[in-house]
Amino acid sequence: MAKILMKGNEAIAQAAVSAGCEAFFGYPITPQNELIEYMAKYLAKNNGVFVQAESELAAINMVYGAAGAGARVMTSSSSPGIALKQEGISYCAGAELPVVIVSVSRGGPGLGGILPSQADYNQATRGGGNGDYKVMVLAPNGVQEATELVRKAFELAEKYRNPVMVMADGIIGQMMEPVEINPEPLPPVDRPWAAEGQRGRAQRNVVNSMNLDAYKLEQHNRDLQAKYERMEREDVMYETVQTDDADVLLVAYGTPSRIVKSAIATLREQGIKAGLFRPKTLLPFPSKQLKAAAQGKQFVLVAELSLGQMLVDVKLAIEGTVPVHFYGRTGGVIFEPSEIVDAVKSHRKGD
Amino acid sequence: MSVIFKKTKGLTDTPFTYCPGCTHGIIHRLVAEVLEELNIIDRSVLIASVGCSVMSYEFFNCDAVQAAHGRAPAVATGVKRVRPDSIVFTYQGDGDLASIGTGEIVQAAHRGENITVIFVNNAIYGMTGGQMAPTTLPGQVTTTSPYGRDTHLQGEPIRISEMIATIPGAAFVERVTVVDPLTIRKAKTAIKKAFEVQLRNGGFSMVEVLSSCNIGWGLSPVDSLKFIKDKMVPYYPLGNFKDKGVQS
Ligand SMILES: Cc1ncc(C[n+]2csc(CCOP(=O)(O)OP(=O)(O)O)c2C)c(N)n1
Repeated sequence: MAKILMKGNEAIAQAAVSAGCEAFFGYPITPQNELIEYMAKYLAKNNGVFVQAESELAAINMVYGAAGAGARVMTSSSSPGIALKQEGISYCAGAELPVVIVSVSRGGPGLGGILPSQADYNQATRGGGNGDYKVMVLAPNGVQEATELVRKAFELAEKYRNPVMVMADGIIGQMMEPVEINPEPLPPVDRPWAAEGQRGRAQRNVVNSMNLDAYKLEQHNRDLQAKYERMEREDVMYETVQTDDADVLLVAYGTPSRIVKSAIATLREQGIKAGLFRPKTLLPFPSKQLKAAAQGKQFVLVAELSLGQMLVDVKLAIEGTVPVHFYGRTGGVIFEPSEIVDAVKSHRKGD
Repeated sequence: MSVIFKKTKGLTDTPFTYCPGCTHGIIHRLVAEVLEELNIIDRSVLIASVGCSVMSYEFFNCDAVQAAHGRAPAVATGVKRVRPDSIVFTYQGDGDLASIGTGEIVQAAHRGENITVIFVNNAIYGMTGGQMAPTTLPGQVTTTSPYGRDTHLQGEPIRISEMIATIPGAAFVERVTVVDPLTIRKAKTAIKKAFEVQLRNGGFSMVEVLSSCNIGWGLSPVDSLKFIKDKMVPYYPLGNFKDKGVQS
């Protein structure tokens, strides 16, 4: 198949419907509007369900209902909208529903701006919903990988019966790149728990997150934790670039990691051996792998389009074994490769 | 010996958790009887809300999805859109529907969602211990209007059925109560019509049921029914507010 040039938001939407997404519920917000517009256009003509909800709050609850009834379903939004979805995400996690949420993040806090940002790392990985729950978070570094990870998100959501978020920064949403989208729908997955009317089934199905029995609720939470531990064992994803001989380890995710790659090329031209560790799953975070990659390095430099959010996970992973420094821009400002080069040099011993 | 009365198949054998004297139980039975009579138990999905009826998924003998506070109409939309041959109904209190969930109920009606809403208005938040609701009557004492609802500060009670009836997407809206055999019969007729609208893909249908909360109101069960008749009905008149004529 030949590659075609597509805008990230549209490519993500096309990848989702190609993977078999049957229903989409969303609300307009920049910079993800092309995604819901694609869904509106496509799903209406292809036996799918598209609803423009009255709010992100309603959209995620429609997703909760549609997933509860057994459909392969998705929603998307950007920062303030993802904030509104937190209640529903917690309900989806509690009721163990496979749902996919695409977050095309922009600068905050509050209404913030509409330019790309990574300031929603905490929002994605820590969440704002109540309870001991976790959402899997995948972070692509461009349009092609975004299409692959959206597909993967449906697979993982169904494997774990858990919400999976694809964190695409506003750069991915808005830029055009050549892509090749897998046209094969994912195989259908049995959903014997779905509440879609009993229709002769022996048991009644109830999609629910409530349990007033403390011991049973504790057990439910332990079962959820076991699932999160399994994610860490089986589905951590990351990439390393020139880390083996590196003296300095850079850590970045999403499209900014490509800027960091350019900086690494420059640094190497100048005789400074730098390498990149790029988490592709932000949750589960590749902690063990990062710690191993960092061993023996002079220092680690985390670069983010925020003022230091993934930084905390990097420090937790490295457990003080190697010094960790940080460089970030925020509010919609994107760093240049030269800024990363300078940041690395500023921390070099003797430079 | 011939059986002249038995429990409807629309309910499970689980004992209700409602307070003695509360009319949630009667309303449950009416809805369940309608599901049985229309022969739709097997393809119905209840959307349980947050309030005293939060456990209604234990009582209705059909599939169910338990929704967040106020969000039942959005959850119902999700279920109905992906499974249009399912019969989807929400069961919501007045705190749930008329306060935290006004956005969802208005917009579900506005889209003409083909769902049925059973709206149980007891003029109070029962589950959380008797706080003021948007439907609490002027002067009514609750734990958060301890000196009586002051309409200057807390507004006049909201009449949901009248409001929803103005929305083009609403096909059937009726207010009923369950204080005596006659009103109970009328309530059941309205509930049945509402489900028939959905069966005919007629759009959004809602039945508001004026219900008692003897514990929250601090009244005996008998006085509670009198309170509905003497105090609630004058403010919330019974009757049909919208009928596009899509039921048989
Ligand atoms: C987001 C959220 N806010 C508040 C609550 C607490 N809460 C539980 S039930 C309820 C009131 C429900 O009252 P109503 O809908 O009138 O039903 P009733 O209990 O009277 O039947 C409230 C406020 C909650 N569960 N979730």
